[in-house]
Amino acid sequence: MSCRPTSLPWIVALGLVAASITRADAQDAVSIVHDGNANGAPACMSCHGEHGEGNPDGGFPRLAGLPRDYILHQLRSFDDGGRASDIMQPVVKSLSDGEREALATYYASLPTQRVEGGEAPNAKLIAQGKRLAENGDWHKGLPACGQCHGPSGQGVGASFPPLAGQPATYLSAQLGAWKGKTRRNDPLGLMAGVAGKLTDDDVAAVSAYYASLQAPGSKKEVAR
Amino acid sequence: MNGHVPGAKAWFAGIVLFGLAGVIGYNLPHLRTATPVEAAVGNIAKPARKSFSPPLDTAPADNKFGEMARLGERIFNDTAANAGGFVGNDLRCASCHLDGGRLPNSAPLWAAFVNFPTYRSKNDHVNTFAERLQGCFNYSMNGKAPPLGDKVLVALESYAAFLAKGARVGENLPGRGYPKLPKPPTLDIARGEQVYAAKCAVCHGASGEGQSAADGHTVFPPLWGSRSYNWGAGMSLVTNAAGFIKANMPFSQGGTLNDEDAWAVAAYIDSRERPQDPRFNGSVAETRKAHHDSDYDFYGKAVEGRVLGENSPPSGTVSR
Repeated sequence: MSCRPTSLPWIVALGLVAASITRADAQDAVSIVHDGNANGAPACMSCHGEHGEGNPDGGFPRLAGLPRDYILHQLRSFDDGGRASDIMQPVVKSLSDGEREALATYYASLPTQRVEGGEAPNAKLIAQGKRLAENGDWHKGLPACGQCHGPSGQGVGASFPPLAGQPATYLSAQLGAWKGKTRRNDPLGLMAGVAGKLTDDDVAAVSAYYASLQAPGSKKEVAR
Repeated sequence: MNGHVPGAKAWFAGIVLFGLAGVIGYNLPHLRTATPVEAAVGNIAKPARKSFSPPLDTAPADNKFGEMARLGERIFNDTAANAGGFVGNDLRCASCHLDGGRLPNSAPLWAAFVNFPTYRSKNDHVNTFAERLQGCFNYSMNGKAPPLGDKVLVALESYAAFLAKGARVGENLPGRGYPKLPKPPTLDIARGEQVYAAKCAVCHGASGEGQSAADGHTVFPPLWGSRSYNWGAGMSLVTNAAGFIKANMPFSQGGTLNDEDAWAVAAYIDSRERPQDPRFNGSVAETRKAHHDSDYDFYGKAVEGRVLGENSPPSGTVSR
């Protein structure tokens, strides 16, 4: 079928209608965060906190201040299976790609905040994790975490997210997911290789260390 | 009976001593030993020579020498912060000498240290280790060399001596320098561009510009352009870059690229423009003839329609 000139305005008009349906903006993001959406997505804040600060007791990560493209990649990965999660998979299925983009933009724009909670810090474990995070263990070909995630785990670009101030339970669960290959959405399989070289002890130590740090740029404590 | 038969007392003492030795041995601090060369190199030729393990978790002794070695370690790992007046780009010593100068096949300090003074064809005279370090500042760091006797050089040399403690002087230790790969039939820059995009750009950036953390700390070093090593640096030779890449890149995945890809991506990186050779005499052609006369050196060659060296950013830019 040929595309006659007279049909062009219709195509443009239809395109605009489609765009207005799928487009989501900051307003929509705030609304989804607080109330979920009509397709059954629950309110994000019920797990990730009202300000995206996360929840150490539940092991839910902080989203506030993470790079937009990193968040968006995670949302898409929950959908395409690159990152398995019984909780997040049904959630992202009920979000349009426009809504995912809006949420990623929204959370990236929020100031980071530190939340108290989770396990009591263990000084010895933290010191052990700090050593690994700063020096690696080249005996087994393991670089320092900070050589990609930056000094004090502050994050580098969209591919190497901040680790500082994330809940220890979340961090160790993710390292377990890389090891167990239920998370496979990393560039070049870098994390699969690195996590595979960590003992359970190492995982506990680096998770405790990064959880003990202030989230980069965090200004105030959030009372919970 | 004339034969010496150990009595019960002697047996008892022997058993006690043996047991004590076991207990002491078990309780000695378990020091990290260096990556054995064989394990670190992967599928690179395994040298049969005896390897050397530098001290790893051990700190330099708590004395004046130890203080100096520790300063050297800080300079090595964060050169701009600790020797900023001599640094003209965003690299640090540890960018190319991994694991704080310990890692075999990443030009480890301990292997270099025991081979100085030595004759170098690069400058056609016998060089001390301190003079060799000056070269790093002039070329790899695109900066200005600290004068001989400067604390920066003394500290770096002390750190190298600390790492080399126990290594045999003059020995060509396995893991020294970067591995030498079998020479390729051609240097395929186009293929290298593809390898770069697939394997390197995620960390070093699409244009080789590197990446920094939010606080400005360079995490992934720039590989070309004004903030990288200059045209006089050892890494600007494709042979060195290919060996380093093969053994160590992508980071944490050393040994995974085949030789062809390692050569190609090294050629791609070393055929981009970078700061001028500090020995530049006004003529790229003459500078090439004097210092770059090699098939594995792109300085002065035409690549993608431009002669490399003709549009180089300045060398020795210590401004920050």
